[in-house]
Amino acid sequence: MVSLPIYLDNNATTRMDPRVLEAMLPYFTEHFGNAASRNHPFGWQAEEAVDCAREQVASLIGANPKEIIFTSGATESDNLAIKGVYEMYARKGNHIITVNTEHKAVLDACKHVMKLGGSVTYLEPNCEGLIDLAELEAAITDKTVLISVMYANNEIGVIQPIKEIGAIARKHNVVFHSDATQAVGKVPVNVDEDNIDLLSMTAHKMYGPKGIGALYVRRRNPRIKVTAQIDGGGHERGMRSGTLNVPGIVGFGKACEICKEELSGEMERLAELRDHLECELLKVEESYVNGSTAHRLPGVTNISFKYVEGEGLMMGVKDLAVSSGSACTSASLEPSYVLKNLGLDDELAHSSLRFGLSRYTTKEEIDYAITHVTDAVNRLRDMSPLWEMFKEGIDLKSVEWQEH
Amino acid sequence: MAYSEKVNDHYTNPRNIGTLNKEADNVGTGLVGAPECGDVMRLQIAVNGETGMIEDAKFKTFGCGSAIASSSLATEWLKGKTVDQALEIDNMDIVEELSLPPVKIHCSVLAEDAIKSAINDYRKKQGLEEIA
Repeated sequence: MVSLPIYLDNNATTRMDPRVLEAMLPYFTEHFGNAASRNHPFGWQAEEAVDCAREQVASLIGANPKEIIFTSGATESDNLAIKGVYEMYARKGNHIITVNTEHKAVLDACKHVMKLGGSVTYLEPNCEGLIDLAELEAAITDKTVLISVMYANNEIGVIQPIKEIGAIARKHNVVFHSDATQAVGKVPVNVDEDNIDLLSMTAHKMYGPKGIGALYVRRRNPRIKVTAQIDGGGHERGMRSGTLNVPGIVGFGKACEICKEELSGEMERLAELRDHLECELLKVEESYVNGSTAHRLPGVTNISFKYVEGEGLMMGVKDLAVSSGSACTSASLEPSYVLKNLGLDDELAHSSLRFGLSRYTTKEEIDYAITHVTDAVNRLRDMSPLWEMFKEGIDLKSVEWQEH
Repeated sequence: MAYSEKVNDHYTNPRNIGTLNKEADNVGTGLVGAPECGDVMRLQIAVNGETGMIEDAKFKTFGCGSAIASSSLATEWLKGKTVDQALEIDNMDIVEELSLPPVKIHCSVLAEDAIKSAINDYRKKQGLEEIA
């Protein structure tokens, strides 16, 4: 028997590992010191814990501990990277290159930069979600200060050719930032091999606590600097002021340590489960995987079930916690811009479900999901006028719809 | 967002799903919405020519739970009404009955449009003027 509801929304957030919680607990009450207190053992203890966590975080991405700047999460890291580079490198130029399928934290930070007078080029990925390297290189000008491309996409899990992007950035002497929120802890990430200068990450996507993240800032070859966006006591090498969230940092460190240890086995297990889920769901007529299946995170799949609307479908699988690109699930009443920017018809975006697996996902849960999603799709198609028209051979594109 | 009990009920046990013969003289069909907007409703009525009474109503809907519930409820209300009475169904009645939240009001508007569109289709077949 599986216990319900089943959580398959792990790209939104993950359940914290009990080992992480255990590591954190003493730092709320017993070892409560301020890591910046230099003159008593309370402070020293906190500082020691932070140093240890900094090493654990750095080690997961092949960085030096001194290159880790703790933040409140990936949104803050993205903001610090983009606005911080824009300000710091103002003398060199004001041009940023990014992709239109990035997370809103990157897109909105870029929008802010544009308001300040910067210019931004938004690359358009192909139908698989991957960017064209030649297009990227052609977009670089002598005013380009930053290339920001996410490691893995949060909706479709597609992994960009990061190493190649990094090499192009290096060749043109442009800073390269990657929002690696979805990738770190899920696939091997190495800032040196991948030529990354700035990298955003967050603990809660990798079985750690919410409210703590980091920005990796390269210190050598080349040395990268960002202008602080929060002023105060000059913590984190002056790049991010504010008393350190010691319990959060300890938890983040522990989460990184566990991910590093378990990464390769876990990648294999998740890919196997995901492939099983995907393979079975693709047996449903008129269902399609969104995004590249060759370059993808192991635990994610995004599938459109044509002629069925996503929110309606989620309601039919109440015991499964998943996400949809349907407009009805967003505050804006617009379907997913990520799926739209792959060139997908709005209709297919409305019909999509995202499944995100985790360390805790079992085969039994996946089997439950397969049965119930299949049943719900069939049931909803029985009441879908579009399905009936499709079955009658009517081309839906030829119909004059009464939009409202 | 949590759904009201009535939306859940209509979603789980939709009334009057199906298809009437759209070529029949006494059947009016309304197809409203668009796939790219994420909802399409098809609502049909079968009218008794002598009494002017709606004897049967069927729907099929592509959309969220509230859209499905709105059209299911509409068919329930239509049956047994005269065409004239059916015209009086207001989308706010549906909102109230299903306790739809503000973001879902468009589902009820779509259901009202579907009713009007089905009635107009029927009127056209009868050689009557369409109602705006």
